[in-house]
Amino acid sequence: MNLQSVPIEWYLSLSAVLFTIGVIGVVTRRNAIIIFMSIELMLNAVNLTFVSFAQFLGDSAGQMFVFFVMAVAAAEAAVGLAIVLALFRNKQTVYVDQVNVMKW
Amino acid sequence: MNDFILAAPLVAMSFLSVICIVVDALSPKPGKIPFMFAGFSLLGALLLTIPTFWYHGTAFQNMITVGGYSAFFDVLFLIGGLLTLFAGRPYIAREHFDHDEFYSLIMFSVAGMMVIGHSNNLLISFIGIEIMSVSFYVLSGYLRKSIRSIESALKYFLLGSFATGFLVFGIALLYGATGTLEFPAMHAAVVADKLNFPNLLTVGIALVLIGLSFKAAAFPFHQWAPDVYEGAPTVVTAFMSTAGKAASLSALIPVIAAVVPQTNWKVGMVLAVISAATMLVGNISAVVQSNIKRMLAYSSVAHAGYLMMGFVANNPNGMTGVLFYSAAYLFMQIGAFVIVSLIEKENDGNLQLADYAGLSKRNPVLAALMALFMFSLAGIPPMAGFFGKYYLFIAAVEAGYTWLTIVAVISSMISVYFYIGLVVTMYFKDSTDTTEQDSKPGLAGVTLAISCAFVIILGLFPQLIEKLAHSFFM
Amino acid sequence: MIETYIPVIIMILVGLGFGVANILLAEYIGPRRPTKEKISTYESGMEPVKSARERFSVKFYMVAMLFILFDIEVVFMYPWAVQFKALGTVGYVAMFLFMILLFAGYIYIIKKGALKWD
Repeated sequence: MNLQSVPIEWYLSLSAVLFTIGVIGVVTRRNAIIIFMSIELMLNAVNLTFVSFAQFLGDSAGQMFVFFVMAVAAAEAAVGLAIVLALFRNKQTVYVDQVNVMKW
Repeated sequence: MNDFILAAPLVAMSFLSVICIVVDALSPKPGKIPFMFAGFSLLGALLLTIPTFWYHGTAFQNMITVGGYSAFFDVLFLIGGLLTLFAGRPYIAREHFDHDEFYSLIMFSVAGMMVIGHSNNLLISFIGIEIMSVSFYVLSGYLRKSIRSIESALKYFLLGSFATGFLVFGIALLYGATGTLEFPAMHAAVVADKLNFPNLLTVGIALVLIGLSFKAAAFPFHQWAPDVYEGAPTVVTAFMSTAGKAASLSALIPVIAAVVPQTNWKVGMVLAVISAATMLVGNISAVVQSNIKRMLAYSSVAHAGYLMMGFVANNPNGMTGVLFYSAAYLFMQIGAFVIVSLIEKENDGNLQLADYAGLSKRNPVLAALMALFMFSLAGIPPMAGFFGKYYLFIAAVEAGYTWLTIVAVISSMISVYFYIGLVVTMYFKDSTDTTEQDSKPGLAGVTLAISCAFVIILGLFPQLIEKLAHSFFM
Repeated sequence: MIETYIPVIIMILVGLGFGVANILLAEYIGPRRPTKEKISTYESGMEPVKSARERFSVKFYMVAMLFILFDIEVVFMYPWAVQFKALGTVGYVAMFLFMILLFAGYIYIIKKGALKWD
């Protein structure tokens, strides 16, 4: 009855799967907001990796790193949504394939 | 409290950049006061860096390094910030977008770059890279009424934060593999072969390399660079294609020193292939461009390739070359972009190469300066760019990468074609349009004078910097 | 290994079974006498005026974004609070400086009118 006996490989596999889902989301979706949500998913997969390594190593540096990743994700969210907003005001779209004044 | 004194330039810059937004919010009239505040802050921080040159060590519980190459990068980034500040004031006034956030954003990004240069811990590197990147996302979309500017900000933001995901995942794996985030402890773990998951170390290094080559616009992650550099405001492009690139690559210095022991040729080989491909792709694509900002953007991709040669060599000479070339490249590229920003007209006019025909008659001073920067970028002696390349090539040969040096020489020769092509256009082609060129550079003239002076000084007395830089890596 | 999870699996099965059974029982056994009141959206609440799917002011977005930014900073105070005694005066001063920097951001958003509602 000890849940700590879950081996670290399981956590790592889960976070690798989450990260991959995020990457696939970024490369296949065309809506800027959804792309951004996929990026957030990638960052959360990384957070999971950090926490499980911190638990595995008995070291709190990984836990602290998660706080910083969260703060960075919040800052990126604010800036990113502001950019999408400015885009919508200029072009009335949030689809990245319609944003092609310069070629991609 | 001793830590605060040791890290004075970094601490001062971080605090003053936050205070700058308060100054901006409280100042009654826009423009003058925040600009002065930002300028004096950068100058003050520049003065504070002088004593740190004679100190080697760490501060804040080993979180940051003080002195050595981080002091050198401090000076470089602060000067870059000052140059951008001077060139930026007339530019944003002309684009009728004179909001004061510009100055605080420049200060934020300089603070972020300094954090990268000082990092002795992967956490600090990550924070620095993010402070810099987030400021750049905002700066590239600064002209928010212009669709090009917003488009470049969107692309930069989406691809940049995508790269952040890879970078931070790589950091997580390095942490798991070595059990620490500190570079010295990491190095000890790698050398002693005390790794928890040896395979994760390789994957971690690969992911960190992907993330950082994204940020530095190296092949095969360079596709965002031309679009972003073309759409962003020209002075911002000048800043992020030089100081931003140097900062992203400076994050590699401690990473490589920690996780790649001298004998590990595999990482060196991967870096060598990336470096060779980057300079070839950058220079060949630059040849066919008709827009000058796009041409310079591709050429900046190529310069990232040259800079990476120093990391491939991974010996004191290589690192010296990286430092010297970062400095030389900063001045010549900022100079070239500032001239582009002066010749550019509102709403992205006057940006084609054809618009430069006959510039030598309309504005001889600008044409002469542009020619100087182009010669330096092409690596023609006795300009700064020549010696930068010379040190990098020598280091690569020393490390046994002769083929890489040959590729670099070939791609330099390709680059001569379009750099000199621009000079030929300016001097030997007649202009179709005879309108008088506005020749008042204003504050941007200061930027041009400083860049020009440094390009010549570094070219005539390269050993000044070379000796200093070499002493950091002995 | 897998036997550690047997209680969890039983828990999941019981939870699922209870929910599904209740829905099915209500569907098949429960009597059905609909009146106008009963089938309205909120049985004893307001009448819905119009569709909820419409655009609303960007000001909500501004406030939400600022909330997230200031909210996430609090996360750095938890580790500090836990280690308050061990960190001593240096930690206290450092956190004080951190709060000053946050306050600078607060002054900025007020002065720029980001919190003005009209």
